[in-house]
Amino acid sequence: MQLPDAEKLAQTMAQQLGPYLNANSALVGMHTGGVWLAERIHALLGKDIPLGTLDVSFYRDDFNQSGLHAEVAPSDIPFDVTGRDIILVDDVLYTGRSVRAAMNELFDYGRPSSIMLAVLVDRGGRELPISSQVTGAVLALAPDQNIQLNRDPQGRLSLSLRQITA
Amino acid sequence: MAFLSRNPQLNQHGELQHLLTIEGLGAGMVRHILDTAQSFVSVSEREVKKIPLLRGKSIFNLFFEPSTRTRTTFEIAAKRLSADVINLNINASSQSKGETVLDTVDNLAAMQADMFIVRHAQSGAAHFIAGHVAPHIHVVNAGDGRHAHPTQGLLDMYTIRHYKQEFHNLRVAIVGDVLHSRVARSQIHALTTLGVPEVRVIAPKTLLPAQVERMGVQVYHDMAQGLKDVDVVIMLRLQNERMRGALLPSAQEYFKSYGLTQDKLALAKSDAIVMHPGPMNRGVEIDSDVADGNQSVILPQVTFGIAVRMAVMSILAGSKQ
Amino acid sequence: MKIHIRGGRLIEPKSGIDAQLDVFIAAGKVAAIGEAPADFHANRVIDANGLVVCPGLIDLSARLREPGLEYMATLESEMHAAVAGGVTSLVCPPDTDPPLDEPGLVEMLRHRAKNLHQARVFPLGALTQKLEGQRLTEMAELHDAGCIAFSQADAPLSDSNVLLRAMQYASTFGFTVWLRPQDSFLARDGVAHDGEVASRLGLAGIPACAESIAIARILLLVRETGARVHLCRLSTQDGVDMVREARRQGLPVTCDIGVHHAHLSEMDIGYFNSNCHVIPPFRGLRDRDALREGLKDGTIDAICSDHAPVDDDAKLLPFAESEAGVTGLELLLPLTLKWAKDVGVELSDAIAKLTTEPARILALNKGVLAQGLNADLCIFDPDEYWKVTPKALRSQGKNTPFQNMELAGRVRYTLVEGVVVYEAGEKAGA
Repeated sequence: MQLPDAEKLAQTMAQQLGPYLNANSALVGMHTGGVWLAERIHALLGKDIPLGTLDVSFYRDDFNQSGLHAEVAPSDIPFDVTGRDIILVDDVLYTGRSVRAAMNELFDYGRPSSIMLAVLVDRGGRELPISSQVTGAVLALAPDQNIQLNRDPQGRLSLSLRQITA
Repeated sequence: MAFLSRNPQLNQHGELQHLLTIEGLGAGMVRHILDTAQSFVSVSEREVKKIPLLRGKSIFNLFFEPSTRTRTTFEIAAKRLSADVINLNINASSQSKGETVLDTVDNLAAMQADMFIVRHAQSGAAHFIAGHVAPHIHVVNAGDGRHAHPTQGLLDMYTIRHYKQEFHNLRVAIVGDVLHSRVARSQIHALTTLGVPEVRVIAPKTLLPAQVERMGVQVYHDMAQGLKDVDVVIMLRLQNERMRGALLPSAQEYFKSYGLTQDKLALAKSDAIVMHPGPMNRGVEIDSDVADGNQSVILPQVTFGIAVRMAVMSILAGSKQ
Repeated sequence: MKIHIRGGRLIEPKSGIDAQLDVFIAAGKVAAIGEAPADFHANRVIDANGLVVCPGLIDLSARLREPGLEYMATLESEMHAAVAGGVTSLVCPPDTDPPLDEPGLVEMLRHRAKNLHQARVFPLGALTQKLEGQRLTEMAELHDAGCIAFSQADAPLSDSNVLLRAMQYASTFGFTVWLRPQDSFLARDGVAHDGEVASRLGLAGIPACAESIAIARILLLVRETGARVHLCRLSTQDGVDMVREARRQGLPVTCDIGVHHAHLSEMDIGYFNSNCHVIPPFRGLRDRDALREGLKDGTIDAICSDHAPVDDDAKLLPFAESEAGVTGLELLLPLTLKWAKDVGVELSDAIAKLTTEPARILALNKGVLAQGLNADLCIFDPDEYWKVTPKALRSQGKNTPFQNMELAGRVRYTLVEGVVVYEAGEKAGA
């Protein structure tokens, strides 16, 4: 399967986001791929928009099944969430559960004015009524496939596809 | 003979099932707890200081020995994780009626407990309880006799890392009643586990356990020598009752020889931090000037303690059965 | 009843026999060894092929928990356990409830034991009234009632003047004083050896010098009084060295160890295993090795089980709160064999530690197999392994650090006065 170029997708996303931006906007990337993407988009936009990061480990709904993830990074929201127009950024939108967790966590920081979702890849398979407003690409993937964003030492973003072996 | 038994803290997947002592945890596990705690510190700084991780879980504070401070920090930690907390002080009621520790524990387990936070005056009590609870119940040792107080040890490590970043270049001195101190034992295990090259204990011979050097520490009886060039000074609490046995003549003489004053602290490195597990006896083991001085990190210790306890509870609750 | 024990390996330490010899028993006595007496028609033939036939074991310390402590164990259960362990004579310490400080109590105990027709029971009388370490007991009376010697058990006797008087008084009548050397002040509150492990686990320690100081005091008083003293349950290297020196000087002192101390050390406490809560505590590895060596060179005369059955509830507690003691009657033989194997001691010398040596300490004509003497025998398979489980033990006390371990040495038959009182395979209590 030919995967799209993540760098190009990020550029397209930055362009699409342009019209949504206002003085109240803030970008929030979700660990780990979403943070890379948010940083890239932030740089591409070249504007003075606040940038935060979220690790939704503490809000996941699968804690009782799989416990705490091995590496939890601190969430870092260096601005007041209340009244903000938040652009939540993630690399892959799949079941929608991570986005739900992220929204729950955001509300524990304050009451945002609005939240929109920007994702690099929408791979389908939603289990919750969640959709993205800005989408880099839509790919139809089988459940045993895993798509993942990578960042090389030079900072270049790329997508990779992996077969999940049971 | 040596009967080898499995480390009772770990489940068959090598995950932390109970936290009973820092001994035998391994540096990776200790660092994992500290890293996780770091994420929780930021939670405490938010508007809503609460996360839904342990929603629906019942955590029992099982205190066979009274301690409002420790119980409160566990309670806050559990509540910030959205768990239900039930406090039980068992010292008076059931124990005097001849109910054994196991009776009490069985009773509470029947109330669908998920976790026991145990404080007990006997060394090994937490191990004992952990060895007899149903497999889905987690046990956190909140202090057993003179043996261990692992969450205190961990929060001390968190504090040291916060101020000193690394462990491999540190010189740490623990001062005072090591003999009776579960805190000191946990600190010593944690420091040696994390690779601190020089851990010193400073105390009169009456307050040191036999063969303490076998725990990997250097023994000093003189503050001036022991504090020289250290990065971290940890003061231990001196209980008044030590003056009643033949361990010490008086609090005054103890303070004179082993109390931490600005003068003595000046022998340590200029950026040395001063720690104390609390509650302090001002004028016995520590001078107020030092306790409230700019090298003291005693209050941040308390703050970090909540995050560390949140980390421990989440990691335990998340381990497989 | 005439019994012919055929084809066994007879080990008789006193006469130095270690050979395949038959034993013939008639009217409760050994009728002959080797060749059958004329006109001997056995009612029963025991095939002892591949088995060791030796004098019945003599255990210098087994707590039967009667009177007063029947919730831990009963005379019945423990007497069954004794013969299952090959023990045909045992000494019981006076720390019952009430202590054995009155002739009536001793007579009652002996009477109860005798009616069970199992092992022979030799009570130690209390050295002081109520074991309080203050007033002397009526030793002569107690002796007449059946006390074999006098002991303070594990109760403290801190007043040196009382100890001096007790030793003087006992020696007046030629009684031996049995003392477990421990300075009660140094041992106060202690539950484990004051060493690396207790320090790490935060358990209150009993320093080794609690034993050596007590031994020093006792030895000086022995020199002063000439009293014969048996030191019970040595646990330290210093203790062994001091006894060795005292013996060299010719002091009338003997000593024993509990068999567990020949194997275990402080390390075995592991994570607070309350089955390793014993008094005296398991010491350092150096101490343990000194005990093993002291046994080998004869400084330590005898090995006992130091049997102390404890009910489950009393062990199911945090270490320091748990009751001290191990069940031992049924482990005495296998653990002694294990020691012998570990240190390279002949089977015959090992058996002597359980037969002739304790008999010598007790000044009893027992622990011997010879024509005309009582037929108290133990017949065991030295190579048969058995697993230590609660079910395998007939004692009511299941408290042992050897739980679930396989030990070699299984008693097959025990005979007391020519009667088979134990036969492997039969059900406990049958």
